Amino acid sequence: MKQLMLGNQAFARGLYEAGCEVVSSYPGTPSTEVTEEAAKFEEIYCEWAPNEKVAMEVAFGASLAGKRSFCGMKHVGLNVAADPLYTAAYTGVNAGLVVCVADDAGMHSSQNEQDSRHHAIASKVPMLEPSDSAESLAFAKLAFEISEEFDTPVIMKMCTRVAHSQSVVEISDRVVPEMKAYEKNIQKYVMMPGNAIRRHPVVEERMKKLTEWAETCELNRVEKGGTSLGIITSSTSYQYAKEVYGEDASILKLGMVNPLPVKLIKDFADSVDRLIVIEELDPIIENHVKSLGIQVSGKDLLPICGEFSQNLIAKALGKEIPESVSLEDTMPARPPLMCAGCPHRGLFYVLSKNKVTVLGDIGCYTLGAVAPLSAMDMTLCMGASISSIHGFNKARGAETEGKTVAVIGDSTFMHSGMTGLANIAYNQSNSTVIILDNSITGMTGHQQNPTTGYNIKGDPAGKIDLEALCKAMGFERVRVVDPYNLEETEAAVKEELAVCEPSVIISRRPCALLKTVKHNAPYTCDKDKCKSCKACMRIGCPALSLKDGKVVVDATLCVGCGVCKQLCKFDALKEG
Amino acid sequence: MTKNIMIVGVGGQGSLLASKLLGRLLLDAGFDVKVSEVHGMSQRGGSVVTYVRFGEKVYSPIIDKGEADYIVSFELLEAARYVEYLKPEGKIVVNTQTIDPMPVITGAMEYPENLVEKMQAKGIYVDAMDCLKLANEAGSSKAVNLVLMGKLSKYFDEIPEEKWIEAIKVCVPPKFVELNLKAFELGKNN
Repeated sequence: MKQLMLGNQAFARGLYEAGCEVVSSYPGTPSTEVTEEAAKFEEIYCEWAPNEKVAMEVAFGASLAGKRSFCGMKHVGLNVAADPLYTAAYTGVNAGLVVCVADDAGMHSSQNEQDSRHHAIASKVPMLEPSDSAESLAFAKLAFEISEEFDTPVIMKMCTRVAHSQSVVEISDRVVPEMKAYEKNIQKYVMMPGNAIRRHPVVEERMKKLTEWAETCELNRVEKGGTSLGIITSSTSYQYAKEVYGEDASILKLGMVNPLPVKLIKDFADSVDRLIVIEELDPIIENHVKSLGIQVSGKDLLPICGEFSQNLIAKALGKEIPESVSLEDTMPARPPLMCAGCPHRGLFYVLSKNKVTVLGDIGCYTLGAVAPLSAMDMTLCMGASISSIHGFNKARGAETEGKTVAVIGDSTFMHSGMTGLANIAYNQSNSTVIILDNSITGMTGHQQNPTTGYNIKGDPAGKIDLEALCKAMGFERVRVVDPYNLEETEAAVKEELAVCEPSVIISRRPCALLKTVKHNAPYTCDKDKCKSCKACMRIGCPALSLKDGKVVVDATLCVGCGVCKQLCKFDALKEG
Repeated sequence: MTKNIMIVGVGGQGSLLASKLLGRLLLDAGFDVKVSEVHGMSQRGGSVVTYVRFGEKVYSPIIDKGEADYIVSFELLEAARYVEYLKPEGKIVVNTQTIDPMPVITGAMEYPENLVEKMQAKGIYVDAMDCLKLANEAGSSKAVNLVLMGKLSKYFDEIPEEKWIEAIKVCVPPKFVELNLKAFELGKNN
């Protein structure tokens, strides 16, 4: 039966049909749904790991034990998991091991737009790249076969437009291969120098074989469309190229982007008058083609930054684009922002009011940087808030210790904040760390984590006690505040900044979007009492706006958190 | 010939249900379909766009400027923001509800006035309606998406109403079917 599926859902279906039995991942847009969808199959053991490195090592362990396994992550997650990946290329696998990495050209929900193909090249691991949901399903199954045939992990690279687009797939039954025997093999699996020296040539030989295989494999195909123009492309760029050229150009569509074929490309280049590589982000295919001594266009015409579209390609290649109309008005931008009732808002208001330097981290709370709160000075990568505040304070000492904080979410803290905190405890800086505990992994759409007490299926699970953890590391000063209470929150921030020792504040209040959170009745504003002072507007709540100079509360958005009321000196904002 | 429907609105307004419904409906009608969604950070109260494309064979999952046959908008400013994506002969179906974006909330900018009239002055076909009012009439402010779908259905002569109703029954949890069918009817008949 034909059905529509997200690329990520189709990928999960592929895992199911291929008989994958163990899945361990860390959520990250646009990769999250592969694991969420896989978790819906009873037959697959699925979990959220604390971070991508752990997830990949779990999947590696399951492969070693003899069962097909998988782990998924976003592009920057592969940086975290690079350590096991690069050496798993040496050990190879027992049962098939497939890794999903999802790139985010255009940075819809990411802090950079690195091109993950570099990781595949550098780690010498084959990488497949589907261009729609049907391929996501088919390639996932094929990836396990390649993994077992060539004894290597296989990476499948998704991108936002493949991961989050629905297209038509046809499903088939699950076939579970027989579990592989586990045999102790020190030379293959214990990567100390004496053994690794013997494994490196195996990796090089494997890549040669894979390159030969790439010449004729079904993943790479030529679609004939005349001889005047030839296009080499992959992934979503293939879809844009087809949209622009239809049957008017010949296309070499690559489904495996590492290693790249040689003869196939040479023959294709010989068959056309002009050759263009259409690929998002870095010129990886283009540079490979050039290294073969073939004249080719690519990044001389198309951008390295951002994502492509059919019009972008058409325009760059001298084709007409459709006409359109526009209005003269400058439209006010509508950037993403913290939701009405977001527990982070009260804390960021306090930090903004007290002009605190805020070293931030990755999550919903990165939106604390948005006006009018503008309460963030830095965001780099998962966990960097805590590690960086230590460096910041070591560099400037007392000058900054009393007015700088690190803010990090509960899930990000579990991911890679704990090691930074250990460094503060060990190397002793008078740093103040605020853990924003909203009892969920928020930004990626509500995934459980080690602090929530539930697993990926929603069943009760182990629960790490943040206060006990911080105390066990040696922090004497660990306190919990409710960020809906501005007075309490401000007092805690001021006190902890003032003391000359490291401290942790846990700002605790569950995400307002959680189904388990009961909302209060929406607030209302008494127009007669409102003096238009706009004090309540300083928190940047989307439920508040001004109509004819007076504050109006949007009852469809307001969850009754009451933070605005605490800022009103005229008693104009009222419950219910 | 590929047809293009853009669904725009503010994160959290429920556009994912609308695109799910359209996807199901168009697939059942025998078309090749692609639906492209936005997840993650952009969803948090930001401007959200969903692309629905259908035809004999659909390649690109996204709709580019000048390509949309229809823009279905959950909010007035968002319709105006994406006007450039409309084909000159395209149609806009818009909920006249307004939600202030942050630059308006902070007072840095004004919410543009008379947007429906300005779009019409450019020769654009605009079908504007207070869908929030009709959704409330149906029983829930969350049913704006089905009011809009009801309105959109009027422009799809080739798809009979039973097919829409069938798709709604499949895409909506059983306990909300009645409410959503009512919202659909209100959208279609107003």
